[in-house]
Amino acid sequence: MKTHEVVIQPGRSERHYWRDLWRNRELLYILSMRDVTVRYKQTALGTAWGLIRPLTTMLIMVFVFSKIAKLPPDPGIPYPLMVLGGITVWTFFSTAFTQISNSVTLNSNLVTKVYFPRLIMPLSSIAISLVDFLVSLGLFILLAIWYKFIPDWHLLLLPAFILLALLASFAFGLFFAAVNVRFRDIAQLIPFIVQVGFYICPIAYSSRLVADKASEWWAPFYWANPMVGIIDGFRWSLLGEKAYFNPQSLLISVSIVLVCLTLSLYFFRKRENTFVDDI
Amino acid sequence: MRILAHVFFLKRQHSHSLLLTTRSSPLMSVITVENISKQYIIDHKKGKGVNTLRDVISENFRSIFGGKKDQTTITHEEFWALRDVNFSIEQGDRVGIIGHNGAGKSTMLKILSKIIQPTTGTVRIRGRVASLLEVGTGFHPELTGRENIFLNGSLLGMSRTEIKKQFDEIVAFAGVERFLDTPVKRYSSGMYVRLGFAISAHLDPEIMIVDEVLAVGDAEFQKKSLGKMRDNSASGRTVIFVSHNLTAVQALCNKTLYFEKGRLIEQGETNQVVASYLSKVSKTRLVRQWDTPEEAPGNDLVRVRRIELIPDYLDDLTHIDVRTSMKFRFEFWNMMDRANLNLSLHLNSLTGECIFNIGTQSQPYGKGLIAGECTIPGYFLNDGSYTISMMIVKDTVTPVFVMEEGITFDVEDYREGIAWYGKWPGYVRPQFPFHIKMLEPVVSES
Repeated sequence: MKTHEVVIQPGRSERHYWRDLWRNRELLYILSMRDVTVRYKQTALGTAWGLIRPLTTMLIMVFVFSKIAKLPPDPGIPYPLMVLGGITVWTFFSTAFTQISNSVTLNSNLVTKVYFPRLIMPLSSIAISLVDFLVSLGLFILLAIWYKFIPDWHLLLLPAFILLALLASFAFGLFFAAVNVRFRDIAQLIPFIVQVGFYICPIAYSSRLVADKASEWWAPFYWANPMVGIIDGFRWSLLGEKAYFNPQSLLISVSIVLVCLTLSLYFFRKRENTFVDDI
Repeated sequence: MRILAHVFFLKRQHSHSLLLTTRSSPLMSVITVENISKQYIIDHKKGKGVNTLRDVISENFRSIFGGKKDQTTITHEEFWALRDVNFSIEQGDRVGIIGHNGAGKSTMLKILSKIIQPTTGTVRIRGRVASLLEVGTGFHPELTGRENIFLNGSLLGMSRTEIKKQFDEIVAFAGVERFLDTPVKRYSSGMYVRLGFAISAHLDPEIMIVDEVLAVGDAEFQKKSLGKMRDNSASGRTVIFVSHNLTAVQALCNKTLYFEKGRLIEQGETNQVVASYLSKVSKTRLVRQWDTPEEAPGNDLVRVRRIELIPDYLDDLTHIDVRTSMKFRFEFWNMMDRANLNLSLHLNSLTGECIFNIGTQSQPYGKGLIAGECTIPGYFLNDGSYTISMMIVKDTVTPVFVMEEGITFDVEDYREGIAWYGKWPGYVRPQFPFHIKMLEPVVSES
């Protein structure tokens, strides 16, 4: 067997980076399994926590926004179902985003001791959010059955929106992950971003409310948020035509996500060689 | 030695200009290191050293609004962890890397392991590399031994099928059969280390990079792992091994690189390089004297005035060699009215092992200056570096004062009529009488 020659030089990116990444897919799997296994170790309720959190959030929001603030749902859709749909995809995005942002610093013990394509770390950190997501999607299905809500052909588009949410978390998380290595401020910033995002995204309310106020000065800013299209689309594919969905907002989402993803990947690849010097 | 250095000088020139010829030579270089340097910039700041976003932002704001960047509070200091390092390693070589802390050994290993990038230079590596910079890399305390074997194994570059195939052997080598499904946080530190090493010992790379791993674990296990590593290299594997343990380097490595302050200052055959490392490390100090009791080392009971090693140099030599006999002389003040004192001398090797300990008879002394001497004969100590510690003991049991490493000296090698120049083994080199005679000569029947 002819072994290829590895050349180490300053500023030289690994030529076989993507092939290396593919070769390390088992490592990716094992690191993902590690995160998932470790997550609920020594907890009495275990994976039930994946259910409890979205369920209680939903109940509180139903109470606050539907009973107190009296926010209207999309016509024909039960408010709890609309909220849970929003929470499901938002939680998926925000946990993935948080995990990715912290992935490199959390694995600093590996960064300083062993070489592997560093993209493995953010990639493997998605696993937890995926598991949680599947649990809360199951919860949603149960609730939909309870409300006798039968999904239609729109459901076929669900994987596309899940993928888009994932790509979005990657596009933003990857950048923060690389910056986090140098500036730990990021770790402080992330929960704040997630909290703000929760309110500026259509989770507790429907985008229809904003569409009705199209003349307001802040409306364009609302639609510029890439998560709006993703959340609306996700709900639309689950709940059908009755849920509000503006295809234009999807176009915005896709373009922003793709541009950010490209830039983040470039930035991450550029920074990853010096992670060990800064960590 | 001079010739050796010259040869390496030539070799270095070669690797610059005639890279192609070096590569096509019968002994293939698996690792070529050319002009490798690694620079770190150390920020010295007034107050705190943590670099947060705020510092950067406020810094830049000040300059945006016309203020000057604060030049006085931040100074950048360049620090070269490695400087212009050149060497090449051939297939099957077992290479030791030695040097003081901060000499750049670990930095070198991390560059070879692709963990850090050099500032300048090029490294070419042919073959699959496994680096072992710590025992149990990535072990997660919450995971079981079984889970951690897979985690660590795949971090070190093993595939899952490889790990499965070796699994039983790894477990047996580490001796943790009963604890496979226990989280490693419940392991004893010995078990933890054994498991970590067992996994890496079952790697099958062409080049293996090992950092100081043998420093951990008990003696029995160290022996086992050293043996395992030697077996590995017998099968044509290249091993690079960093250690403070010179004995381990000598046992394992055929070539050695000696780093000092980021530079590779010597390379060659292990025994030669280790010897020259030791000679640079040791500082010969034959006399120590204090004129007044106030500045002398000691306490209220005794104070040392003078200790001295007086070699009886042979002919017109000015250094101690294996033939030289020496007198150890000491003077100390006794401040106790009447005390039964005796003296205990420890002669230690540079690595800290005690070669011998001799004591005097206990005798009653009054206040005053006490002197004495002891002779270490020639043809006794082997070549090497040694220290002498002196202990003053009261009533044969209570140490009153210990003077650690008061004297440091080197014994040089000397051989006559022997054509062998390897390192003479052992700490002592006595000349005990042999009586040899022919018992039954074979008479040729012709």
